[in-house]
Amino acid sequence: MNPFAWLLNLSRRKSPWIYCASAGSCNGCDIEIGPCMNPRYDAEQLGVLRQGSPKHADILLITGPVTRRSRDALLSVYAQMPSPKAVVALGSCPASGNVYWRSPSVDGPVSKFVPVDVWVPGCPPRPQQILAGIAQAAQLLARGLTADQNRQEAS
Amino acid sequence: MNDFLHVAFALLVWPGMLGAAALGLLYLWIARKLTARLQGRKGPPFYQPLFDLVKLLGKQTVVPGEANRRLFYGLPVIAVAATALGLVIVPVPGNPVPSFTGDVVLLLFLLEVPVFCDVLAGYVTQSIYGQVSAMREGVLMLGYNVPFLAAVVAMAQHAGGFSLAELGSAPWGWVGVFAAIAFLLAIPARLKSNPFSIPNAEQEIVAGAHIEYNGAPLALFELSHALEVVLLINLFMVIFVPSVGNRSVDAFIYLSGSVALVCAVTVIAAMTARMTVVRAFRFYWVWGGIAAVASMAAAVMS
Repeated sequence: MNPFAWLLNLSRRKSPWIYCASAGSCNGCDIEIGPCMNPRYDAEQLGVLRQGSPKHADILLITGPVTRRSRDALLSVYAQMPSPKAVVALGSCPASGNVYWRSPSVDGPVSKFVPVDVWVPGCPPRPQQILAGIAQAAQLLARGLTADQNRQEAS
Repeated sequence: MNDFLHVAFALLVWPGMLGAAALGLLYLWIARKLTARLQGRKGPPFYQPLFDLVKLLGKQTVVPGEANRRLFYGLPVIAVAATALGLVIVPVPGNPVPSFTGDVVLLLFLLEVPVFCDVLAGYVTQSIYGQVSAMREGVLMLGYNVPFLAAVVAMAQHAGGFSLAELGSAPWGWVGVFAAIAFLLAIPARLKSNPFSIPNAEQEIVAGAHIEYNGAPLALFELSHALEVVLLINLFMVIFVPSVGNRSVDAFIYLSGSVALVCAVTVIAAMTARMTVVRAFRFYWVWGGIAAVASMAAAVMS
């Protein structure tokens, strides 16, 4: 294997920067992201940094059932992220709508709008599970298996 | 021909790009690791800054629609080039390029170039957050340059010449103490570390002047920051820490002093909260001003 490609893939696995987008969540999942950075779970050991701008991020964490008002913002944030990028859907809401199922203001599930790579179930998921989801997404980035990378190869 | 080889070696290997990049990434790791340990966390492994850099180099670059493409790509390159040139001038142990008259002035100019690139980067991307950050950086620059420039000018007055070799070999005096204090006051703001991190205030104005930057240009800005750390520390070590004469002892003093300085700046950053831009400006004009006046007075009277 090409040593440069090897180093690049290793870097993608070791340095996943995340950006959190709330698509109308109840804030439960967002609160569980915070502890990932605290002394108990310390995601920086895995190279995870929480970025303020989606343009700096590799992994997009989506919480919430995708409400009508947040849909366009979510699409914009996803489009702003430079490739290669991965998407992790946190909690039950992005997958199914959860307790907001069939609400008139919900436009989900999230897979209608952005291709999701890793689903982390739970209401809310525990910080360990969120970290496992981020680590799995970083693995996918390194192997070139995310939906974004597949689509680029196909085109 | 030999001179040309010396300069090429200095620019590319030591103390230029390669050596300084490795050292700068190491310093950035020390800062991150020490911060994590002070916060009771485990912290990133030592290769983390390198992986961050390589990953950014391998990403797609998105240029904002309203930005000037040439400036967008040019600014980080200019920042890295200016800092690398600055590194060549400073006579650290092992630098093959001799010191020349007036290199202090050139160095002070080259030190400002990455700051100007940051300010322009904030404006060029047309992002409102970037512009706020650029404005704050411009204001802060007018603050921290008071003690910084006074320290260097006082040392030049004391040494009686504007070359770094003369500044380094100046005899001991109270000027050195006051000027070192003034220089140290300016370092946290120059590195945008915590009490003076108002220009790139993460969370508050999203991500500072580099908010719209991504991919390789962002990697170059990170690299220029790493080089800037090394350059500032080199300058401090050369001006204020006298050379012993023995090469290996000098190299040891240089390395341990640099690491101690990085640790001190990190501890201050971990202990303090961010100042508003008005308070930071006032801090530099009051306390920095006092240090500047003291060092100038000591230089004139000695």
